[in-house]
Amino acid sequence: MKKCRRCSKPATLHITEIHDSTVQKIHLCENCASEYLETSAPPDEDEMEALLEEAGLGELEDEQDELTCPNCGITYREFRKQGRLGCPHDYVVFKERLVPLLENIHESTHHAGKFPKRAPDASHKQYELIKMRNDLRIAVEKEDYEAAAQLRDDIRQLEERQSE
Amino acid sequence: MQTGCEWLRGTGPDAEIVVSSRIRLARNLAQFPFISRADEPTRNDLEKLLYEKLQDLPAGPRLSYFDVRNLSDLDRQFLMERQLISKELADGEGARGVAVDQGQSVSVMINEEDHLRMQVVRSGFSLDECWKDIDQLDDAIEEDVTYAFSEDLGYLTACPTNVGTGIRVSVMLHLPALHMTKEIQKVLGALQKISLAVRGLYGEGSSASGQFFQVSNQITLGQSEQQIIDKLHEVVPNIISYERRVREALLKDNRAKLHDQISRATGILQKAQTISSEETMDLLSSVRLGVSLGMLDDLDLLSVNELFIHTQPSHLQKIRGESLDSGERNAARAAYLRLRLAEA
Repeated sequence: MKKCRRCSKPATLHITEIHDSTVQKIHLCENCASEYLETSAPPDEDEMEALLEEAGLGELEDEQDELTCPNCGITYREFRKQGRLGCPHDYVVFKERLVPLLENIHESTHHAGKFPKRAPDASHKQYELIKMRNDLRIAVEKEDYEAAAQLRDDIRQLEERQSE
Repeated sequence: MQTGCEWLRGTGPDAEIVVSSRIRLARNLAQFPFISRADEPTRNDLEKLLYEKLQDLPAGPRLSYFDVRNLSDLDRQFLMERQLISKELADGEGARGVAVDQGQSVSVMINEEDHLRMQVVRSGFSLDECWKDIDQLDDAIEEDVTYAFSEDLGYLTACPTNVGTGIRVSVMLHLPALHMTKEIQKVLGALQKISLAVRGLYGEGSSASGQFFQVSNQITLGQSEQQIIDKLHEVVPNIISYERRVREALLKDNRAKLHDQISRATGILQKAQTISSEETMDLLSSVRLGVSLGMLDDLDLLSVNELFIHTQPSHLQKIRGESLDSGERNAARAAYLRLRLAEA
């Protein structure tokens, strides 16, 4: 029996959505189905959920959903919900979860196209800046202005060093 | 902005069926979070930095910048109807904008779903030219910034569906004969099996109005840009020749009926006093077919292509120089069509 896409109870309703000429099958339990029919979620979210389910990632335990990127602070749960990653480093942090997803979407997990002309490995040196910006955002939220000012200086210095 | 949209010219290879070819690349800067995670100051920094880079490109076209955050709704819709910005950018929040070249064939969106979404559009079936231009533009931008990139996964994008090449190669096809004979269902089914997507005139979520279909790649990882382009080079000519065969069959077996349909469509567009956008698209589609088949001598593809765009809501309001509600727009649309088609 198929499991409900949203809560993994046994699915009792099988909805076929037709948009133009694309057909999408959605399996839901009774509760989730009535909720779904009342407020149809935005298509992006749905698509991502469907992709996650197809990739066998629809039923993983909640605790794994709390995996958090140390740089941008996004959790895997948030990514699942919105279908968008928070920063480039998430591809490293969520690698284990993303590889099956990429296989499912692209039937591949290796880049075969263009490389940036400049040092292609330069990019992860920059991820430090994302972490500093995230810390700055948190410092401002906490109204810790001393820390925020320090972080602003550090960011500017690092940016200057990298552009030299 | 009123004129000079190069991809509407109706020239280029197979332009009677392929309206336009388009390639877009998604890119992000390594030192910033993706847009959905970027707070207001970060978005401002991003816009400023990218705006400056685009003004100062070492090579490539001169670009004019539109600050989409501070544009009116009407102007945003206008850019969208021209396909220079996406709905996501038009409806977005915070600092964002688009840089456009004079011929409106190059546009670079800043702070859309990714930091950069650049596209090149050309009239007719011209994917190689699109790739050449956008590859150069991408290199020119990259001279001065560090893109988020990993050797394993390629260009890193906010959504995993774009990771790798970050490329979307698409071709806008006008397929009235396949639509009329319902053969289009076979084409759509076959395309899906080989992982190509089909969308309507205005991209994601839009319906295939006016019998326009946008065919594009879905896979962005594991294949090179050239392989992805080659796949469309392989598939699209088959769709073109299928459409041509069905057109010929219609001409042979149903010429009178086809001629009647095209003449009626022209007649309504020349005489109507009020007309919706949807009906206009449908009838213009028949007129476009008539022009392609040589049944309407006084019109050319450029004029018909332009009418599709100029009868869109914000274009009409720009042409009239005033804001119009839906009923007023239908009357203005009919008046504009009467004027433009008076001679035809």
